[in-house]
Amino acid sequence: MKEKLIESGLLLVALSAVAILFLIACFIFREGAPLIAKVGVLHFIASAHWAPSRGQFGILPMIVGSVEVTVLAVVFGAAMGLACAMFLAEFAPRWSVRILKPMIELLAGIPSVVYGFIGVVVLVPWIRTTFGGPGFSVLASSVILGIMILPTVIAISLDALQAVPPIYREGSLALGATRWQTLYRILLPAARSGIIAGLILGMGRAVGETMAVIMVAGNALTLPVSVLQPVRTLTSNIALEMGYASGDHQAALFATGMVLFVIIAILNTVALLTIKPRS
Amino acid sequence: MTLANVKAVRRERAAGRHASVLISLAVTLASLPIGCSRGKASVTLAGSTSVEPFAERLAELYMAGHRGIEINVQGGGSSAGIRAVQNRICQIGMSSRELHADEKGLTEIPIAHDAIALIVNARNPVRWITLEQARDVFAGRIRNWKKLGGPDRAITPITREEGSGTRASFEEKVMTAGMPGGKGTGQEAAPFAPDALVQDSNGAVREVVASDPAAIGYISFGLIDARVRALGLDGVEPGEKTIKTGRYSIVREFLFLTNDVPSATTKDFIDYVLSPDGQKALVEEGLISIK
Repeated sequence: MKEKLIESGLLLVALSAVAILFLIACFIFREGAPLIAKVGVLHFIASAHWAPSRGQFGILPMIVGSVEVTVLAVVFGAAMGLACAMFLAEFAPRWSVRILKPMIELLAGIPSVVYGFIGVVVLVPWIRTTFGGPGFSVLASSVILGIMILPTVIAISLDALQAVPPIYREGSLALGATRWQTLYRILLPAARSGIIAGLILGMGRAVGETMAVIMVAGNALTLPVSVLQPVRTLTSNIALEMGYASGDHQAALFATGMVLFVIIAILNTVALLTIKPRS
Repeated sequence: MTLANVKAVRRERAAGRHASVLISLAVTLASLPIGCSRGKASVTLAGSTSVEPFAERLAELYMAGHRGIEINVQGGGSSAGIRAVQNRICQIGMSSRELHADEKGLTEIPIAHDAIALIVNARNPVRWITLEQARDVFAGRIRNWKKLGGPDRAITPITREEGSGTRASFEEKVMTAGMPGGKGTGQEAAPFAPDALVQDSNGAVREVVASDPAAIGYISFGLIDARVRALGLDGVEPGEKTIKTGRYSIVREFLFLTNDVPSATTKDFIDYVLSPDGQKALVEEGLISIK
């Protein structure tokens, strides 16, 4: 009897979490969908002109901006994160792993506004003087995001590498392969799905991050052709204009949220499908 | 037709409601500690981030003279402030732009004049600009400082986000300069260059201009500091005299907004703001007295 009670109690809590997600989704779609219906899907996602006060609601530059910043951030994050995970899994002495791993996890605890602030004070002026342009750019945002997703990428790829059965490693070493050959030819392929899942989760975080990006991206409304150009992402667009928006403008921001919601849902689905084959 | 209208209005109201729910949540949270000390009369102001720092200073001075009265000042933006006072979530709304036709019905109390200054980095040698040049810079038609008598360097214009009161005033006073009259009311404004940087507050614009020698932005005259310089406009430098006499042309009013019958406390605070003392405090902070 008691057992049943606890069971159904837990079920209720679990369902309420799902219900909240469902309600949020409904709310966003209810607010945003009428505007998309009004201006047309094609205009909304394929027009490059965003000027709500003039009745122009094109978010193409922001979709492109979000994708560009995110892809670059994952490239930075993957390069640094994988190198770090490979070192920690294979080459680092035990004691150093015990110190390094918690420190990397601490990176995740730094508030995003701090990352943004460092970006504005250090990275943006550096890009401006070194490469030219305004400094507020795709490059600045993706470097900052790349650093922000490091803890996710490192933690999950490290787990994946460590989960590879020891026989694989022993077998490879016994055949005379070096440690690097073992890592590169045996361990990485074996841990592939876990590593990809880590990257996709990092990508999810990069798409959704707002504060740090607003501070370093410049938020201009052009299609970013060069990485030195300023860019506005979908999340920045919502956060920047929400305080002042009313009427159609506000609905357009909800619609921006819809597009973001769909993009993140797709990413998560892909992540789930990649992880599955392992189990 | 009418049905569609009714629907549109309903949607608009619903949208307004969500915003006001958010604001009321913020107001409630902010006033939690006050709830404990009972019997204290309180007045809440919400709205324009341009007016906010000045209202905070006034609240500070007023509370020093009136123990037992609590004045809360919050940002949120002009539009949010207008909606908040319409929905009676706060007693006084703050706006840095004129009210739209559909926002009328509130009592508008101008509390000060504020100029919008065009600012550049203190190291930028350019001192003057004309209204037409300013329009062309922000519309993306002038792209090099050489055209303004400066060094050969690309201009980085910095504007505010769509919906900002400062942006609305700037658009109305500068972007319409010399443009042919559009249909309906007033003139058609030139659109802002899409590649202009966008920052979300006066302070953020000032920070970018202070760090980038190629930048130009526009902020409230009262918020200028030593790291940025205000450009003279059409041969007139912005200053108390030129702003007051109207010779400096980009001037707007800061508004307090109330519902028809403000409470005694609210009225007393507004009277203080309009009194010589209150106005003097605003002038000391860099605004221009309304009197």
